[in-house]
Amino acid sequence: MVPSAASPKAFRLWPFVLIAAIAGSAALAFAYTAGWLSPHRLTPQKIVASLAPPGGPALGHRRNHAKGICFTGTFDANGEGSTLSKAPVFVKGEYPVVGRFNLATANANAEDAMVRVRGLGIQITATDGQQWRSAMIDPPIFPVSTPQDFYDLQIAAASKAPDAMKSFIGKHPGFLTFLGWAKTAPWTESYAEERYNSLDSFLFVDGSGAKHPIRWSFIPEAQPVSITPQELAKRGPDFLEQEITQRVAAGAQHWSVVVTVANPGDPTADPNKAWPADRQTVNVGTLNVQQVQPERDGPCRDINFDPTVLPAGITTSDDPFPAARSAAYAQSYNSRTAEASHYPRTATGGKQ
Amino acid sequence: MTTARTRFTAPQRLLHWLMAICILSMLFIGVGMVSTVTPRYLTLVQIHKPLGIAILVLVLIRLTLRIIYGAPALPADLPEPMKLAAELSQYIFYALMIAMPLIGWAMLSAASYPVVLFGSVHLPSILPVSPGLHTLLWNAHYYLAFAFFGLILMHVSAILFHKLVRNDGVFETMASVSTHDQPK
Repeated sequence: MVPSAASPKAFRLWPFVLIAAIAGSAALAFAYTAGWLSPHRLTPQKIVASLAPPGGPALGHRRNHAKGICFTGTFDANGEGSTLSKAPVFVKGEYPVVGRFNLATANANAEDAMVRVRGLGIQITATDGQQWRSAMIDPPIFPVSTPQDFYDLQIAAASKAPDAMKSFIGKHPGFLTFLGWAKTAPWTESYAEERYNSLDSFLFVDGSGAKHPIRWSFIPEAQPVSITPQELAKRGPDFLEQEITQRVAAGAQHWSVVVTVANPGDPTADPNKAWPADRQTVNVGTLNVQQVQPERDGPCRDINFDPTVLPAGITTSDDPFPAARSAAYAQSYNSRTAEASHYPRTATGGKQ
Repeated sequence: MTTARTRFTAPQRLLHWLMAICILSMLFIGVGMVSTVTPRYLTLVQIHKPLGIAILVLVLIRLTLRIIYGAPALPADLPEPMKLAAELSQYIFYALMIAMPLIGWAMLSAASYPVVLFGSVHLPSILPVSPGLHTLLWNAHYYLAFAFFGLILMHVSAILFHKLVRNDGVFETMASVSTHDQPK
């Protein structure tokens, strides 16, 4: 029944107080969810900001791995991956790839010899449009164990306090394993001679629904030729890009895509911990790099190599990094695409 | 449409409350996911996309029902500015409910992200890859989400005002999900 509103009523305050309390509580809950009431929450914005050099980020570029070069090619699946994963990219066949060789630096103009870690981003598209994206690097383990540790490492590395890094390492001894690799592993003279590793663990889901914890590596067919950073510096600041362009122009370059299957108990949540070398491996196919394009107008420029863009048949594991990387990469993507005017395409639109 | 109904039809009421839950969840998921790096991020993103498409489908059904059945008349004694605000807010609600999922879908397309609903089910791209369009759409999606939440707060406040202060029957037009349509 609808009572008449025409009869005069005395003013009551409590309904207004109640309405304000309900709307106010909802607004507070919203603000809390947005992180505005939790200044200590580790956000994608904080991680991305921590990567910026003192002079600020390279506008228009990726916030990390800022220097890179595009390529296109194919992934030839040999069908072996289908025993572990129902992902369509493992069905025997040839699938188009867009990728990017890069250096792990926030400086888009870094000299090759100044950057220890090299990376590979790939996007493989299956016939039905599902995609497998991955962003890999060449060390055998990641420097730290958790996204919070990664953030703390950036803060310590940027700190002017003389003992900041010493204190960080004291709290994160796993970083020493990475330092050991950085100091002793040979440098190579080409992007084509690097082995690139997922480091993060993922789950392959097979046709029966069984999940297999795995990591993957792209192993070069080219024989590594070691070079000292001093010699690399002499060849020029952009030698790696020139070299890979010439090398691929002379002939396609190939990597075996090898999946390592964890044994029960192997650490899947910590990319700082390697798995023993005797684990089962499955060669699932070959990456063929057939053409190289400068990034400025290249096909990889506007792709976010988000490691959580995965086809059905591959999912994330308990490794906390893919989620953090996805969140931070999206933040980096939003920033750099909004700054395209700082990194203009060439006037011709880039068809070389 | 011209019958003097005092309530929305049962399917309209059902859709209203179902969508209220969906949209509020969607807004909280949205602001939550862009501010965290924990594994929850992926879960939230995975819910956000199919839920957005579900809202798009539901609002199109709802709009059809609204065109067919209309809405109960507002109280005759409602002051003109409040009547105007009530009617205007409904247009804005419909515009946002339709625009937000479309903007999200277009934004993902412009960024070359696959629009995965679940498993291997994904939607086609509706825009070419474009940093400029992505930026425009991302900003629109972000700021309109806050406008949407603000509008919901006003909507809830207004309906409580109708119930608790005026007690004029407007609340009752949408209040119950029971199929029993109160005869007057």
